[in-house]
Amino acid sequence: MTMTSPTQAPQALPPKPERRTPQRRSRFRMGAGQQMKGGPFAYAALIVVGIGSLLPLYWTLVAASRTQDEVLASTPPFLPGGRLFDNLRTAWEQANLGKAIVNSIVVSASITAATLFFCTLAGYAFAKMRFRGRGWLMTAVIATLTIPPQLSVVPLFMMMSDLGWGGQLESVIFPTLVSAFGVFFMRQYLIEALPYELIEAAKIDGANNLRIVVSVVLPVARPAMMVLGMLTFVQAWNDFFWPYLALNQQNPTLQVALGQLSASYTPDQSIVMAGALISTLPLLVVFVLFGKKIVGGIMSGAVKG
Amino acid sequence: MATSTSTRDAYAPPPGDPQREQRAARRQLWRSRLWRFDDKASPYAYIAPFFLVFAAFGLYPLIYTGWIALHRVEMTGLDRMEWVGWGNFDRILHDSEFWTAVSNTFLIGVISTVPQLLVALGLAHLLNYRLRASTFWRTIILTPYATSVASAALVFALVFRADGGLLNWALHFVGFGDTNWANGHWTSKIAISVIVIWRWTGYNALIYLAAMQAVPNDLYEAASLDGASRWQQFRKVTIPSLRPTILFTIVISTIGSMQLFGEPLLLEGGALGATGGNENQYETLSVYLYNYGWNLGHLGPAAAVAWAMLALLLIIAAVNWLIGRFTRTSAA
Repeated sequence: MTMTSPTQAPQALPPKPERRTPQRRSRFRMGAGQQMKGGPFAYAALIVVGIGSLLPLYWTLVAASRTQDEVLASTPPFLPGGRLFDNLRTAWEQANLGKAIVNSIVVSASITAATLFFCTLAGYAFAKMRFRGRGWLMTAVIATLTIPPQLSVVPLFMMMSDLGWGGQLESVIFPTLVSAFGVFFMRQYLIEALPYELIEAAKIDGANNLRIVVSVVLPVARPAMMVLGMLTFVQAWNDFFWPYLALNQQNPTLQVALGQLSASYTPDQSIVMAGALISTLPLLVVFVLFGKKIVGGIMSGAVKG
Repeated sequence: MATSTSTRDAYAPPPGDPQREQRAARRQLWRSRLWRFDDKASPYAYIAPFFLVFAAFGLYPLIYTGWIALHRVEMTGLDRMEWVGWGNFDRILHDSEFWTAVSNTFLIGVISTVPQLLVALGLAHLLNYRLRASTFWRTIILTPYATSVASAALVFALVFRADGGLLNWALHFVGFGDTNWANGHWTSKIAISVIVIWRWTGYNALIYLAAMQAVPNDLYEAASLDGASRWQQFRKVTIPSLRPTILFTIVISTIGSMQLFGEPLLLEGGALGATGGNENQYETLSVYLYNYGWNLGHLGPAAAVAWAMLALLLIIAAVNWLIGRFTRTSAA
């Protein structure tokens, strides 16, 4: 990662080097894959891994568009059939999917909005502000990542019923309003992307801290906020353990509805797969559109551990 | 801020009316105090939301779990707590199913983490070559990460099915077509590990790749000048540079495998899923906790399980730390 030039206008996005530019080819043999062209073996291996990655998703589509008998036949079908919409309709009626989709959107969107807002503020404070206890408070934030949710679900469930949120979406939304990963991610990004000079300049112009956040920090942080937003949305959308304990059949998220559908007495596998397809499709679309950004985000946020 | 001027520097007003001067000075003082307060308090205000949410929904429940574990609480009457002391812990520690769940969690953790990280390392190495459409490959291997636990578990349940499963169909060409994957002690654990490996390998590979690209090229040049082969460079340059990253992924994967819930619950679904198979052969600690608290409705023992999990995590952390210390001293 390079430092951005300090003379940048606040509106300009700092250039994020996507890939390190290949340095001068040395006369000596480079090693260990650095700058080496991938040979046919590399491509063959990647194709195998790629097929392995996509095959289960393809099988979801095939199973969702056939009858159960076809799916479980002694020779499985290899191409999607034509029953997708019938299966979806059945799943819709059996598993309360319409409500589940709305619920999932509400939960994921509110968690994402809150996470972006709070994590950007906290990340900015940890990256660029001096205050007493900054070091160990950041350590405390990272330490919370190591606590599995399992340890607190029992009292959480009792608390939620005390608060009158038993089985309500609030019980899933509130515990995940801010994420430690998000704070860390924004901090890492802002340390490099936000020059002190910009903040100083704004201060000399008489901006107070809130003003600085709105007109200096947010514009600079926007690319990282987009990536964090997508990662948070994916995670909230896919979350299973706590929602499955907190929500009930009448008011499920999509994942909970899927779990309940498969836990029913004799689930029709093709109907279950139709539900799984609905739950996976939106995220696949996001991945096709923004895959590059998400990959970049994971790679930039993960290293430096 | 309701200040009318937009500069922070004190400016001298033209001399004149002493009263006005005083007022101006007072205003100036007040304003600079506000500024100072703004500077001092703002950072705390910005980080407060995280700590407030964590205190309310993370730390407090964590401690409260220990209190509940000493009581009898039933799902049917959440507000009635009856003191039982160590009774819940007694009950759990004498339950053979609990120990099965502990060993299952541990075994599944090992057979899902080790291959996953090794494959991820190799995959990162491949992706580190100069490739055509490198972003395309990276996106492809990350797609399983975008698939939810529930969807992944359900489609793999179809793959591993005994009758009409995809895998058994593929294996019947080589004469192994009648494995009942979910029933066997090892096969069921392997099935669950495959789901975990499928979902997380690509993600870890990208983390390794990022670390590999941060290794300075001079190191490789120096190594090749010294006559190191490709494999030696990988072992002596790449792996040592990745050490902190590898440690990080080990920690994250360990914590993740402690939490396995959706995969075992949905592998067979229904009543079998809630008890982790007909002989609890793939029951993990999370499933055990869920079964006690939400299926049988006894929250006291469920809370005791949570504390047992905390104890296990601390033991793992201590062992990790000891191993780390040992390897560091032996390396030195």
